[in-house]
Amino acid sequence: MNLFTDGFEEAIQLLASGNESVYSAISVTVTVSSWSLFISLLIGLPLGFLLGYYQFPGKTVVRTIVDTFLALPTVVIGLVAYTSLSQVGFLGEYNLLFTQKAIIIGQIFLGLPIIIALTAAQVEMVDKRLYLSLKGLGASSLQILKATLIEARFGLMTAAMTAYGRIITEIGISMMVGGNIKYHTRTITTAIALETGKGEFVTGIALGLVLFVVALMVNIALSILKRKWTQ
Amino acid sequence: MIKKTLLTLGLSTLMAMSLTANDSLMMATTTSTEDTGLLDYLAPQFEKDTGTTLKWVATGTGKALKMGENCDVDVLLVHAPSAEKKFVDEGFGVNRNEVMFNDFVIIGPVSDPAGISGKSTDDAFKEIKEKKANFLSRGDNSGTHKKELGMWEKVSKIVPEKDSWYVQTGQGMIATINMASEKSGYTLTDRGTWIKYESQKGDKNNMKIVVENDNSLFNQYSVITVNKDKCPNVKTKLASDFSNWIVKDETQKLIGDFKLLNKPLFTPNAKK
Repeated sequence: MNLFTDGFEEAIQLLASGNESVYSAISVTVTVSSWSLFISLLIGLPLGFLLGYYQFPGKTVVRTIVDTFLALPTVVIGLVAYTSLSQVGFLGEYNLLFTQKAIIIGQIFLGLPIIIALTAAQVEMVDKRLYLSLKGLGASSLQILKATLIEARFGLMTAAMTAYGRIITEIGISMMVGGNIKYHTRTITTAIALETGKGEFVTGIALGLVLFVVALMVNIALSILKRKWTQ
Repeated sequence: MIKKTLLTLGLSTLMAMSLTANDSLMMATTTSTEDTGLLDYLAPQFEKDTGTTLKWVATGTGKALKMGENCDVDVLLVHAPSAEKKFVDEGFGVNRNEVMFNDFVIIGPVSDPAGISGKSTDDAFKEIKEKKANFLSRGDNSGTHKKELGMWEKVSKIVPEKDSWYVQTGQGMIATINMASEKSGYTLTDRGTWIKYESQKGDKNNMKIVVENDNSLFNQYSVITVNKDKCPNVKTKLASDFSNWIVKDETQKLIGDFKLLNKPLFTPNAKK
């Protein structure tokens, strides 16, 4: 328990003193995870809608494959991203390795299956009569998409928060394609790995608590938003 | 949702802008130069002197050399001379320059269960094997790991990989020392990282140096520039700037002045 109390004290001290490396890690973490969530939503919401809304041969197979991608370990995603982004990989010419963009790309592959799978599930749960009424009123596919997403918004928020949770806490991808470079690609999670590898367990715990606070603030912001939507 | 998106876009644009400010150089190096804090100490001075931002990835020497082969980095600072020479011979690197050295030491529990204190390196390794004392290996192709493997091959022709007392951690040096401390085992470490560990642990240190000052424990660090012929995108000018900077007198003095617990961690030895 001493480790936790020491860690708690150090967390407060790091945050209050405006510690450069800690705030840099927070900034990197929030930047990359927000971008990857945003793009995952941009691509995943429509794809999830298509998967949930339409019936087509092989639908169950596609659903199963998407669901299996939910279990992909982050080190594997990181490794595949690394080999692709490396100079010897097929995306090498873009010089993305060891940049924040590389982490974002890798994390999209983490968030996308979650968004697609959960959106499809939500869309399937929407009352079928909504579609019938909309179609009857002559709505276009795009309008149906928009209306369905609005109808399913609470479930979709949960999907987004699940994806965000997984993205903000991952380390395999950030470490492999980011390289844990101080002030550039060092996220809170890779910083924790570094500090614990150096035996600085108290700092590791402190950073873990900082991450918890960041996640808490995001969730508070989202629940305020949720309340506004219900009014 | 819209407000949050705009805010994020704004934040990240700011971040992106600040990132493209300076020229930057990508280096692959070992965990010992990172863990000791040497690079955090040198990098700001390099930036001040040349205006270039030094970025580095710290892994084992084996992986660092591989990253050089893959053209993912511009310059290397590593410590495995025979692997480095092979790297240069095969055309992956040019301008290998010695930078600094320290020595390896064998550390173990204060109680020294295998009784190897003061022995020669060869005898110590033999005793550890005979007594089946816990020995922790980096197991990660790092410079330290390669040195250790060389020792086993010298004293017993084979590496005791499958023996139960031989533990391969696959992790960095300080992580391995921590495990050695937990398992009351011996391990080979560079002196710089050992001093860093000592300064961290203070009175709670239950490990000590058992074998040192043997000729076979010499540990040389060198800087190598990645070859432009094999890697057309490499930042050759910036890499050469770094290579020249780290061997010049002022920087060599900085390296010699880097101390913890009043002990120097590395001794500069660039050829004049």
